Amino acid sequence: MTEEEIWKKIKQREKIMSCSTLFSNFQMSEYQNELQKEHQKVLYWETKASGEEKIRFTNLRNEIEIQQMLLVKPKQEAYKAISNRLAPKQTVVKNTIMAFVFGGIICTIGQIFNNLFLQGGLTVKEAATSTSVIMISISAFLTGLGYYDELGKIAGAGTIVPITGFANSIVSSAMEFKREGYIYGVGARIFTVAGPVIVYGTLVSIVIGLVYYFIK
Amino acid sequence: MAQKKLGKQTFKFSSNPIISSEAAVVGPMEGKGPLGEKYDMVLDNTFAGENTWEKAEQKMMQYSMELALEKKGFLPSDLDIYLAGDLLNQIISANFTARFLNTPFLGLYGACSTLIEGLCVAGILLDGGFVDRIGVSASSHHNTAERQYRYPTEQGTQRPMTAQWTVTGSGSFVVENSGSGVILTHATIGKINDMGISNANDMGSAMAPAAFDTIKAHLQDTGRKPDDYDLIVTGDLGLLGSNVLKEMMRREKISVDNITDCGTLVYSSNQDSHSGGSGCGCSAIVLSSHFMGKLLAGEYKKIFFVGTGALLSPITSFQGESIPSIAHGIVLEYMGGRQ
Repeated sequence: MTEEEIWKKIKQREKIMSCSTLFSNFQMSEYQNELQKEHQKVLYWETKASGEEKIRFTNLRNEIEIQQMLLVKPKQEAYKAISNRLAPKQTVVKNTIMAFVFGGIICTIGQIFNNLFLQGGLTVKEAATSTSVIMISISAFLTGLGYYDELGKIAGAGTIVPITGFANSIVSSAMEFKREGYIYGVGARIFTVAGPVIVYGTLVSIVIGLVYYFIK
Repeated sequence: MAQKKLGKQTFKFSSNPIISSEAAVVGPMEGKGPLGEKYDMVLDNTFAGENTWEKAEQKMMQYSMELALEKKGFLPSDLDIYLAGDLLNQIISANFTARFLNTPFLGLYGACSTLIEGLCVAGILLDGGFVDRIGVSASSHHNTAERQYRYPTEQGTQRPMTAQWTVTGSGSFVVENSGSGVILTHATIGKINDMGISNANDMGSAMAPAAFDTIKAHLQDTGRKPDDYDLIVTGDLGLLGSNVLKEMMRREKISVDNITDCGTLVYSSNQDSHSGGSGCGCSAIVLSSHFMGKLLAGEYKKIFFVGTGALLSPITSFQGESIPSIAHGIVLEYMGGRQ
């Protein structure tokens, strides 16, 4: 087998693979064997070569590796189609209704606190902040007692989206990693789940702030 | 009664399993080391043309196995079974390499002793008459290991002098039941030793007792003396661990003249590795390039190779556990023939 022959074979296979997507098992193992032989050969040549020659072999090897990858793709896709068809369906309607109901209940509780604070004489801004504090405390407390995860199982997004879900993600991380100590455990891992929300929440707020500043 | 067992921990192979081919693929730093000329392939950078270090490590393992096969004109389909392992969670490098090779596969984890564990199992399978040809690989990558076990790779930490540098490299072997070259004669399976060292930056001290235990058991089981071997090689004790081992042996009045360590051979003193090399790749690349070369040249006739593994987990070390360590030994003998 020479370098030219391998290039020729690659071109040949490229043509065939572009026409037909799914090969029979026999054809496929035939191609795989061919590719494997070529790959080993080129790799071996590559270790013996240097300079420009080596770069040429590396390129050739990369071509072979791409074909090796492309060859198995159609088979994987076909298999995925089968397994997806047999997988149990998500209960989308039920989940949506439950999320709506539980999310609504949590927000109603928040609204009750908000109204009480306003009645008690706080300003709108103060009342909103106090409501958040109360809701976060309740959620953290329930997480600690082990109730919030039970609730989340039924409510889905209904418990994740409100601020209570955010509190739950931080407290649950802290509880989980306490076993690895307060520095490397709690300290290092407390924002494992909430981290992305904090980072991108901050980033988006900056962008929106800038937009607001310029169009005002 | 087990017929092939000597003493408590040693197996004697009667059918002469033979290492018929081997190859090492290493990273750029190892390529610049004192053994740089001897490796089959030295990568230009630690990424090996991939976008993650994990993929690069997998490619290294795959390439080393392919090269070992190519040297003898074999294809992966010629292997009856493939034994491999690495340091990463779920031994991913080995799993993905086995996916590529498409051969029956047993994944191994023995931390840095993985290669010797593989050779021991290979010897047992061949001697038991279950297979004709086995592929054995082990790999490690400095950056993937650092990410998993210690700190982000770009973090400016000062490594203590006891720390060892995880080798970027992979070694692969083809072991057969006939042919000529270097044969496996005995395997000594180690016990877990734990002397309470819990510092992830001092693996040499953690592993030395395990190496000592296995060497002692081997000498007892076989009735041999250290002088019966041209060399007793340990996997990756590093400078500190090696000194600890020698001290322990001296105390038991065992001669230490012919003891050496792969971790101290893989880097030169100006490469800033501190206490030497470590990782599955360390013993794999040094055995496949340096010691196999010396054996095949007839320079050494008989070597006892002890792979040492610190079975460290970041989770248990944060929980305050110490590092359990293990060492497996294999006897390599040159029978003439293959050049």
